[in-house]
Amino acid sequence: MSVPLLNASGCLDALTAPAVARRFDVFVTKTVTPHPREGNPSPRIAETEHGMLNSIGLQNPGIDAFVVDVLPRLAKLGVPLWVSVGGFSAADYAAVCERLEDEDDVSAIELNLSCPNVEEAPETAAELVAAARTATAKPLYAKLSPASWNIADSARAVAASGADGLSLVNTIRGLAIEPVSGRPVLALGAGGYSGPALRPIALACVYACARAVDLSIVGMGGVTCGRDVRDLADAGADAVALGTILFADPEAPARIRLELEGEPSLVRGISAAETGALGGASSPEANVSAALTTQKALQN
Amino acid sequence: MQDLRRERLRVESSEEIGPYVLLRLERGTLEPGVPGQFFMLEAPGRVLPRPMSLCQAPPGALAFLIDPIGPGTRALCELAPGDAIHVLGPLGNGFEICVDRPLLVAGGIGIAPLPYLAEALGSPRAILGFRSAFHAEAAALLPGAEVVVEPRLVTELLPAEPGDVLACGPEPMLEAVRLLVPRAQLAWEAPMACGYGACYGCVVERDGRYERLCIAGPVLREAA
Repeated sequence: MSVPLLNASGCLDALTAPAVARRFDVFVTKTVTPHPREGNPSPRIAETEHGMLNSIGLQNPGIDAFVVDVLPRLAKLGVPLWVSVGGFSAADYAAVCERLEDEDDVSAIELNLSCPNVEEAPETAAELVAAARTATAKPLYAKLSPASWNIADSARAVAASGADGLSLVNTIRGLAIEPVSGRPVLALGAGGYSGPALRPIALACVYACARAVDLSIVGMGGVTCGRDVRDLADAGADAVALGTILFADPEAPARIRLELEGEPSLVRGISAAETGALGGASSPEANVSAALTTQKALQN
Repeated sequence: MQDLRRERLRVESSEEIGPYVLLRLERGTLEPGVPGQFFMLEAPGRVLPRPMSLCQAPPGALAFLIDPIGPGTRALCELAPGDAIHVLGPLGNGFEICVDRPLLVAGGIGIAPLPYLAEALGSPRAILGFRSAFHAEAAALLPGAEVVVEPRLVTELLPAEPGDVLACGPEPMLEAVRLLVPRAQLAWEAPMACGYGACYGCVVERDGRYERLCIAGPVLREAA
């Protein structure tokens, strides 16, 4: 089987590792905010038994420097680009999306609505999507938190606000204690938990949302091998993103594609109709191909 | 930007030196790199690899000195000949070795990159500091080095005209060396998830900005 692969936002810098970025069908940037952010103090990461915690704090150059310095270099990769957009209010999201609207190199926008390491915007995810929708015609993917009692409700709400797709899921808040001091390992205490421990949580979210809305779904959370990609696709994901595994294995995209060749193709006629993502194509792979084609059409 | 090379390497030997373990791996097709550069070593059973600077580069092998301070480094120290782990590297920026009057300084496990560095520089003068006589057994990796054990500190042995200092060790030692020798080349350490600029976990503050140590360093020196 074949499933489009993306990197999870914040898990790969295409400028320091372009060869890794080119292995993906889409490169997703680290989250960009209206103003530059230095991010959180160290320590920012901690390994746990079955995953890792991060507290990076959306370190990024801000949208102005991103558009001038970063985007032109990313465009040279030759890989479709999605820009992850963050902020602290609906106005922030709208402002960054508006700034990207005329950038032809940007195929789609992923709205980071759920970073566990910074203060949340006062608005709901649906209100943030609505604000972004007024600012751009580009495809909008809403990245949701797994820490929601009923993520299907969130999915329906962002769909009603104009989202074109869902990115499922972001990290979930966690904490590690340093054994000698008894204090949190991370400088700011809690962080975002990712890695293999997140996988069943991501599967449950993808499964619930695929049955709740007719949106294209990028599944992610603890993927380490081809079988994990297949599981997410079986649960309803149209494409899959790799996150924490990239830290341990920058060759993961190529390896996972090979492993996927050994996985049987899915027979998902009914599910495909259920997910009915962009273009209403007949298979999940075709759905995202259609999504990517749509975005390329938007580019041209 | 760097070319990422990752390969599964077999363990040739594992030797205890004081509290540390010298882990020797077959080199495969990996390059040893510049002294002070590092590799990400797969830690069996753990989610993330561990960054280790190269200690020795004997023909056909790569050797790393490991301090078993946590679950990942303990897993590495438990490797036996015949086991194999994935290794990524060399990574980061090493020491500038075109220097006139090199003086090597290290504290504790900071001795790790010095044997390979000393080889490149023709065995210059070296000053080592350790927490205990047991830890100081690692000084055997650098024959001829001057050794102090706490409460004595390496900075006590720094000459008035130290020349070109290349140092590696715990943060307080590096800060002390930097105060005395502002132009010293210092090899820093930070928790790293990836080692190649992807995770933003290893940042250090430089001129009021957070920079990724894995790509800006790990060897840093003050701007001229």
